Amino acid sequence: MAVKVVDRSPLNLWEKTYLPQVLGGLKITLDQMLKPKITLQYPEERPVIPNHYRGVPTLVRDPNGREKCVSCQLCEFVCPPKAIRITPGEISEDDEAAHVEKRPKDFEINMLRCIYCGMCQEVCPEEAIFLQDTYSVSGYSREELVYHKAKLYELGGTLPDQHYKWDRKKEAAEKAAAGGHH
Amino acid sequence: MPPELIADILWKVLFAVIFVVVIMTFAAYSVLAERKVASWIQGRVGPNRTALPGLSAIPVIGPHLVKMGIWQPLADGVKFLFKEDPIPGHVNKLYYCLAPAIALIPALTTMVVLPVGQYTVDGIAHPIVLANIDIGILFILAVSSLGVYGIVIGGWAANSKYPYFGGIRSSAQMISYELAMGMSILPVFMWANGTEPGLGGLSLFNVVTSQQAMWLGVWMPVPAFIFLTALFAETNRLPFDMPESETELVGGFHTEYGSFKFGLFFVGEYAHMVIGSAVFTILFLGGWNFLPDFGIDGLEWLSDPWSRMGWFGSVLSVLYFIAKTMFFVFFFMWVRWTLPRFRYDQVMNLGWKYLVPAALACIFIYALIIGLIDIAFAVEETPAIVQ
Repeated sequence: MAVKVVDRSPLNLWEKTYLPQVLGGLKITLDQMLKPKITLQYPEERPVIPNHYRGVPTLVRDPNGREKCVSCQLCEFVCPPKAIRITPGEISEDDEAAHVEKRPKDFEINMLRCIYCGMCQEVCPEEAIFLQDTYSVSGYSREELVYHKAKLYELGGTLPDQHYKWDRKKEAAEKAAAGGHH
Repeated sequence: MPPELIADILWKVLFAVIFVVVIMTFAAYSVLAERKVASWIQGRVGPNRTALPGLSAIPVIGPHLVKMGIWQPLADGVKFLFKEDPIPGHVNKLYYCLAPAIALIPALTTMVVLPVGQYTVDGIAHPIVLANIDIGILFILAVSSLGVYGIVIGGWAANSKYPYFGGIRSSAQMISYELAMGMSILPVFMWANGTEPGLGGLSLFNVVTSQQAMWLGVWMPVPAFIFLTALFAETNRLPFDMPESETELVGGFHTEYGSFKFGLFFVGEYAHMVIGSAVFTILFLGGWNFLPDFGIDGLEWLSDPWSRMGWFGSVLSVLYFIAKTMFFVFFFMWVRWTLPRFRYDQVMNLGWKYLVPAALACIFIYALIIGLIDIAFAVEETPAIVQ
């Protein structure tokens, strides 16, 4: 191992006054003072949120505007702090999305309880809940911070869908009914 | 009373009010400057949000002023003024209430003898000063060190141990550095009175006029350094803020204080700093002299361009003096955010073992040099003291 010999010669008179060190320190702080600032003026300027950031959990729609959640309640069961509560609801026969199993009547996420762990997103079989780039949550009361379905869809917006699972299922059922390839 | 006397008194009161307002404004804005300088040194931006409705809406300038934090001292002051002002149950109420005032008043009183510029009447320069008394610097030294009573009384009246420590430290520190400070300026007055013919005295105006050839900070760097160090200690600024030293003594002498009483202590400290910087500028930095003229004939316009410009020159001399003072206020802050605090025993060591002997040595050496210069060059121009 290389040995680095540290110079420990006694201080000379000029060094003993500490002035060289003081002046050096003043120079460092002056340089620091003149450097351009990298401060982000927060409320006006927002940081760039990286992809796959784990912000507030939100509900998303598929490109056709169908709400993807089928209220299977897996996220509700997996949620460690029990922040999610789902009230499942039936879809009436004459609905456009009647071929989908169910839809939540209400979907509540208590943002005061949520720990942003992302397990709801991980567990969701429908890819309906995503932790997206909203990071700043504030409100005047506890009730206000329990986000309901409408608010969650508003935050979530629409995400691309690779599967169109329910539409394909409907197609397959229709083909089978028409005496398809089976 | 004759009407002239009443008019005279009214004028003096008006001038005094102007002085107080200006110094207090500078003290308030020093607080802002401190916050800004601290931020810059730490890589931050500093206060840039406080806006006055109306004034901040002025296009271009308004937002810029807000960004500079111009309105912040107003907000701070209003906050201090309107906060609840509780008096803890265990304090000595009379002294507790008295202490902040005692801390602030000496700082404001010293400005009475502080010349801030010059005006010329019939070719003779006069200082712009509230009271041009002979004992100028003596008055400043005497009164400004009274400020320590505010701190000591505050620390004692608070009746708990950390403020008490702060007060005790403050008094010990003040005594130690007062000595070095007083001695370090003796060479200045020897110089101001020795080689130039004219009335001897401790007037600060005299000191400034004697620096037209060369600023004393250049020709007397060691006394200047000692004075500056002692000034840091006297104004309780880092690296000598023993009375406050928040890491050891919570808040030091003002631990038990809040709201406006704390505000008075705070402004008092900054007023002290502004006055101290002004005194340093006068003693060692040539006051309002523009640049040193090295005693060369025909170059007087370099050191004193003000007397050739009438009243406008007077205004410029004041502004130039303020600019120099502000630089030193900035220097105070710059040092504060650069150096760590000394340990208490180091402060005492430095004061007694180094600064006091060095100041003494300076007195002897400069007395010798000034005496030799007197003998060699200025014998025929008999100094006024001999007359």
